[in-house]
Amino acid sequence: MIYLDNAATTKISKTALEAMLPYYEEIYGNPSSLHTAGQRAAEALLEARTRMARLLSCAPNELYFTSGGSEADNQALLTAAAIGAKKGKKHIVSTAFEHHAVLHTLKKLEKEGFEVTLLDVHEEGIVSPLQVKNAIREDTCLVSVMYANNEIGTIQPIKEIGAVCREKGVLFHTDAVQAAGHLHIDVKEQSIDMLSLSAHKFHGPKGVGALYVRRGIPLSILIEGGAQERGKRAGTENLPAIVGMATAFEESCAAMDESAKRLSALRDRLIDGLSDIPHSALNGDRFRRLPSNVSFCFEGIEGESLLLLLDDKGICASSGSACTSGSLDPSHVLLSIGRVHDVAHGSLRLTLSEENTKEEVEYTIKAVKDTVAYLRSISPIWRDLVTGKKEFILK
Amino acid sequence: MALYSETVMDHFRNPRNVGVIEDADGVGEVGNAKCGDIMKIYLKIENDIVKDVKFETFGCGSAIASSSMATEMIKGKPLKEVLSLTNKAVVEALGGLPAHKLHCSVLAEEAVKAALKDYYDKKGISYDKSLFPDCASCCHCDSGCAL
Ligand SMILES: Cc1ncc(COP(=O)(O)O)c(C=O)c1O
Repeated sequence: MIYLDNAATTKISKTALEAMLPYYEEIYGNPSSLHTAGQRAAEALLEARTRMARLLSCAPNELYFTSGGSEADNQALLTAAAIGAKKGKKHIVSTAFEHHAVLHTLKKLEKEGFEVTLLDVHEEGIVSPLQVKNAIREDTCLVSVMYANNEIGTIQPIKEIGAVCREKGVLFHTDAVQAAGHLHIDVKEQSIDMLSLSAHKFHGPKGVGALYVRRGIPLSILIEGGAQERGKRAGTENLPAIVGMATAFEESCAAMDESAKRLSALRDRLIDGLSDIPHSALNGDRFRRLPSNVSFCFEGIEGESLLLLLDDKGICASSGSACTSGSLDPSHVLLSIGRVHDVAHGSLRLTLSEENTKEEVEYTIKAVKDTVAYLRSISPIWRDLVTGKKEFILK
Repeated sequence: MALYSETVMDHFRNPRNVGVIEDADGVGEVGNAKCGDIMKIYLKIENDIVKDVKFETFGCGSAIASSSMATEMIKGKPLKEVLSLTNKAVVEALGGLPAHKLHCSVLAEEAVKAALKDYYDKKGISYDKSLFPDCASCCHCDSGCAL
């Protein structure tokens, strides 16, 4: 099996998995318990928090463990909204291609009377700091811009956006779920007030993540109950997962530069290879993208059938077509960069990890070429396009 | 993937009757690119019997499988039977479809009937219009179709 869906989730690292096991079998106490077993767990919890904080350049007590990226995004947005509402500031700036964890929370806030400005991300899939600056108003309480996009991998100018927000005195949140462990993060240097991350995107376990919140920002509570996470997130901590996350994060950050070099080479080969397919287009900026991300649209075919046939050839990939998103519309991300519906249905996302090889990349290029050609050969749209009855959208 | 039944996967992987009939007696095309599926059916008709049928489909796995199955179900059949083809029969023959894919079977029925209607129109044969569904019978698209 050739796994090329690492933006969806990753395989857990051996080191992380092994680091987790003692917290199921030996150090299984509840960190809130006073006895020795509990206190050993509490120490491990603090240690994991400290290790992660160091890599983000924040203090351990600015880090809150959550059930993952979605929860962290929800909590960050609702926190900023609650702070804003108190001051009568009910305007939020974000982008059109955020993850649904952000977009759906914004929808909910709109129903509660907030006004949301979603910035255009242009054909290249990148917002500019100037756009953010121009969108900020007197009543803006939050700017939320993702670090790297999950579908097209484009990287946003986070440091510059952070600087704009700091200058304007507006809270800045970034969904760094796709960036954490893969791109450099320094919340101080990048003027980030809140940041979401999720372990399973960097070879940690699923169902665990973290929210960084700068000291002094009063965090809203989503889950009421016990006093875990300094009273801001109730529920007995998933210690094995938290330890696994910290271990995977350290490992990913240590390997980051090497890995970026290796993956960029594989990515570029994939992009070059797939660009040979006529009437295709790379989605998102060619260079300002995650080293792992390749995203294409192929005119005249539909993404789900492409995925199923690639799966038959042993390749796990993903698509932003409507059929795969479970809705009528193709991915909002592809629409946000100006892909029309007809073309957005024929999308393919391949996302690499350290485990992928050059041979796999070559095999995949060939498999995609053959499959696209086959699907086009049975497609009535393709016939209309090549016979000139319809005009190509992708030249 | 366990999304689809084995029959669906079989018809998707090895679609029957793919292609074009250059001198078709009736051609029907339904769906639209915006919604992500288009089916085109070509009929060759002799003595009120479907002598040959071919299809082309742009769409997901179930769209390709539904067209393949629908063509199998009408091949060699008298036109009367073609007229009574239902999307339900297509779904049953496929061993079921996930709920959000049922529209693919509706499209298959519509494509077959659109091709038959084209044949009747070309030949000047009169027919009962109510037997032919139009796009409004399918609730798939909220854009593009006449809904
Ligand atoms: C950009 C982005 N934000 C948020 C999430 C949600 O993270 P999780 O699956 O940990 O809830 C994901 C992953 O699906 C993502 O890619």
